[in-house]
Amino acid sequence: MKISVIITLKKDVLDPQGKVIHQALDGMGFSDVNEVRQGKYFEIDTKENDSKKAKDKVEEMCKKLLANLVIENYKIIDAQ
Amino acid sequence: MKSAVITFPGSNCDRDMDVALKKFGFKNKMVWHQDVELPKSDLVVLPGGFSYGDYLRCGSMASKSTIMQSVINFANSGGMVMGICNGFQILVETGLVPGVLLRNKYLEFICKNVFVKINNKNNGYFKNISNDVLELHIAHNEGNYFCTNDQLKEIEDNAQVAINYCDPNGKIEEPFNPNGSIKNIAGIFNKKKNVLGMMPHPERMIDSSLSGEDGSYFFKNLINNLK
Repeated sequence: MKISVIITLKKDVLDPQGKVIHQALDGMGFSDVNEVRQGKYFEIDTKENDSKKAKDKVEEMCKKLLANLVIENYKIIDAQ
Repeated sequence: MKSAVITFPGSNCDRDMDVALKKFGFKNKMVWHQDVELPKSDLVVLPGGFSYGDYLRCGSMASKSTIMQSVINFANSGGMVMGICNGFQILVETGLVPGVLLRNKYLEFICKNVFVKINNKNNGYFKNISNDVLELHIAHNEGNYFCTNDQLKEIEDNAQVAINYCDPNGKIEEPFNPNGSIKNIAGIFNKKKNVLGMMPHPERMIDSSLSGEDGSYFFKNLINNLK
């Protein structure tokens, strides 16, 4: 089963990379962008076939390794 | 006094630290990250470098390596554990010290000498040191110290700020903040002050013919405090 995870920076954490990307987009003529926030995307292929169990395991992975909860949020987006 | 320096894949200041510790009288042992047990030590050092290529988040992979459980147990039982640069990043990932280290504010890798003011001398690391300000070297891409407002309050209430970036006279102001760290924080303790994480490299400042000698004051004082 494949599960996807998106990690994003929390709202009040400064994202200098996102800022620079925003500036670059501005310079390229994409002038209607309000803000850019950069994050991370993971695809986890697990042997677990039970969707609930697999999601629980991935959630544990997020808490223990994939995300740093001081600055990041995680979102498990699908299981297929 | 006995010390141990942990080498992770990608550590590159481990041997500098070994040289520095031996120069000031420590009997140092190098410990591989896959080892299970720490040798009997008075001080454990997590050195600088780029452990695991800084994959995922700086220090995150190293914080889960085999030896770290022993390091965490040693720290929790009151042992002195010091993390320099990447070692500091590893410490925050283990949760032994609060906060995180983000990408530098202006997205540059910073490699230069800075001045830091010692904020708290009531601990094993800085007790009895006569200097208030040290000139040390920094070399990092992710040294921008960040924590939540609640954490900051707790850190300040417990006097956990070890050193702040400052000018040569010890003035702590924004222009002397190289990387965007909250309150110019360059180093921080755990609550009990036996764990110290800091971005500057004292081991790079132990020889006047190379870079400077302010790191010598730190190490000389440290070994005397441990005796």
